[in-house]
Amino acid sequence: MIAELSHFALFVALIASCCQAILPLYGSLAARPARAAWLMASADMFTVITGVTVLFAFSGLVWSFISSDFSVALVTNHSHSAKPLIYKISGTWGNHEGSLLLWIVILVLFSMGLSFSRQQMNAVLKARVLAVQGIVTTAFLAFSLFTSNPFTRLDPAPVDGRGLNPILQDIGLAMHPPMLYLGYVGLSMAFAFAVAGLIDGRVDKDWARVMRPWVSAAWCALTLGIALGSWWAYYELGWGGWWFWDPVENASLMPWLAATALLHSSLVVEKTGQLKSWTILLAIIAFSLSLVGTFIVRSGLLTSVHSFASDPARGVFVLGILLVAIGIPLALFAWRGPQLVSPTQTQLISREAGLIANNFLLTAATLIVLIGTFYPLALEVATGARITVGPPYFDATFTPLMSVLVICMAIGPLLVWRSGIMPSARSTLTAACIGASLASLAGLSLVNGLSAAAIAGLGLAGWLGISVIGDLLFRIKPFGPGARLQRLKLISGPVWGMWVAHFGMVIFLIGALGEGLFETEVITRAKPGETIMLAGQEAKFTGVEARQGPNYQTETAVIELFENGRQITTLYPEKRFYPAARQTTTEAAIRTRLSGDHYVVLGDGDAEKGYTLRLYHKPLVSFIWLGTIFMALGGGIAILRRRPTLKTTVEPA
Amino acid sequence: MTGKSKRLAVFAVIAALLSGGVFLVLSALQDNIVLFFTPSELTPEKMTARQLRIGGLVEEGSVQIDGLEARFSITDSAAVVSVFYNGALPDLFREGQGIIAQGRFEDNIFRAENVLAKHDETYMPREVAESLKEQGVWKGLSSK
Repeated sequence: MIAELSHFALFVALIASCCQAILPLYGSLAARPARAAWLMASADMFTVITGVTVLFAFSGLVWSFISSDFSVALVTNHSHSAKPLIYKISGTWGNHEGSLLLWIVILVLFSMGLSFSRQQMNAVLKARVLAVQGIVTTAFLAFSLFTSNPFTRLDPAPVDGRGLNPILQDIGLAMHPPMLYLGYVGLSMAFAFAVAGLIDGRVDKDWARVMRPWVSAAWCALTLGIALGSWWAYYELGWGGWWFWDPVENASLMPWLAATALLHSSLVVEKTGQLKSWTILLAIIAFSLSLVGTFIVRSGLLTSVHSFASDPARGVFVLGILLVAIGIPLALFAWRGPQLVSPTQTQLISREAGLIANNFLLTAATLIVLIGTFYPLALEVATGARITVGPPYFDATFTPLMSVLVICMAIGPLLVWRSGIMPSARSTLTAACIGASLASLAGLSLVNGLSAAAIAGLGLAGWLGISVIGDLLFRIKPFGPGARLQRLKLISGPVWGMWVAHFGMVIFLIGALGEGLFETEVITRAKPGETIMLAGQEAKFTGVEARQGPNYQTETAVIELFENGRQITTLYPEKRFYPAARQTTTEAAIRTRLSGDHYVVLGDGDAEKGYTLRLYHKPLVSFIWLGTIFMALGGGIAILRRRPTLKTTVEPA
Repeated sequence: MTGKSKRLAVFAVIAALLSGGVFLVLSALQDNIVLFFTPSELTPEKMTARQLRIGGLVEEGSVQIDGLEARFSITDSAAVVSVFYNGALPDLFREGQGIIAQGRFEDNIFRAENVLAKHDETYMPREVAESLKEQGVWKGLSSK
């Protein structure tokens, strides 16, 4: 019954979202003024109807998973009565149909968020943005209902489900898709603003001011979503790495790079009114890349370690949506683009020039990832040759480009809007140079035989880190000791957000460098009782025992870790066997400290011949994810500490 | 400089940067692509590549493990490649399982630096599944 009601609710949602797409748009374009106001105001009502019905349908699906209703085909295929509750719930979106519904849920949440937000905005713009959101919602509801119905029944219902891939039964992976989708779908707001702006060509400072918090929110969620995915890969896949340049990872990195560029370019529109067309284009690109990220991956066009569900038949529908989502806005862009003129010329030494450099680098980085990800696909279609493009390609292209970006990240904030540099710029840059030299020298003295790239990397971290702190300190230095704190409070949220996010980049760099440069890896075959040396510590392998988990059996190795003769911890890496799914997984045992992780993986073997063990010491690896938390925090500060602009800025004619 | 020549100069700089960038990206791509072959697709000149990937099934009865060193053969039923690998084998490595090995040839033995088997028992690397279908030895394992 619940499944039928939910299915019905989705149909109601489809009709409501059609109205949400058409009526406000018609009202804003064609209707007589008296009727126009009423039609545009109806956008809010239809947004709420769509939202409530979609939420109802999603709750119905979650309930079917919680109550293990195996008469629903999706539950049978992706759940099992013996699964812990949290993974029954996360099983809802651990498959194509359910994840699509989650995607739509987040979409309507964003629409409702705009509908209820107390942002001051033009009624016509709001109606049009909601209408574009309605178009996107309609397309995906149709996709869900007509190709991927989550509520299909099974008759007779089986006694139990077919489980879920045990590798998906994990807390990191339960949280990763919702967070990532929050970011992907959040970019639909940027897209909607772009299309709404193209309809009448009214893209101005006000337009950017209203759009920016939504872009920031999407960017924060995307940052955390990618970080969660990377963290999951780190501890769950048992390969010891945190980024593999895998097609699926790249698919999430591309919208992030584009969204980062958008975040910076829309700032220029808000402050000076320049870069309008470019910002619109970026918004369209960022959302298109999100669509690629979600659906090209799910449709199985890109194979990777992450592809769990693939169905090429659905790819056609997705490709259709993608073509429309890119094609129509681009056509609008071709029509309206020439009208979007920027008011003034850009000076070479100005904040906006710095942000243009930022956009240039980030766009190039997006292209590099795009080429590396899709070149194998294109080549296979064209010639039939099957190739992979591995980490060396990205190391040779992406990394140098990011290094240039990090150098610019220290200089950009010291430039002044329109023209010139901050009075404190000279002192800050001098301090940053000293910071860079000290970091490189510290690396040289601590480690023998450091490569040139490693020294440069350390220098970059020092350069950016000191520049962020220096910028903060030198800005308040001219004021008296009593006034300095007052001065800090006066600095606006977006500037604080920038400092925190940029400093997050420093923390991330420290983590990536620590892990990359100072990692120790030992792969060995050990018999019980043997002791293995790992980065100055002793790991004593006492043996392997059998254990019973809630829905799996394990072979658990016991490894005691000693430092200076004192036992610091015992690690239990496991091999798990899930009888319901007849699958084996490897669970790494990790001792996490801020100073570094000890990471142990149990391979195959037996007591007689010994077991294969992989042991790693990864200094500072937690800083990688800590850095991303700071970045997201910076985005959050920028949204929450925004000063309300009560006066509407009027462009000089 | 007049406005026009200034704009020309800016365009020239951007064009130079772009073409330089594209050249660098393409040369990096050229140096770092890794071709995939099944054992029967291999020819002597293909075997000289710096890096390549071989995919197929682990031949029944071919696996010899000594400490960390593993010797086994990859087959697509039409041809066989002998593989040597020093490292930790993945969980799902066993005879009859579809795998991909990455590495290079030395004296007609494929020295693998990396061996990949996918997580799922019923999942097979796409390239392997396709070549098995071509060879007509596909056993109808679903790729789900």
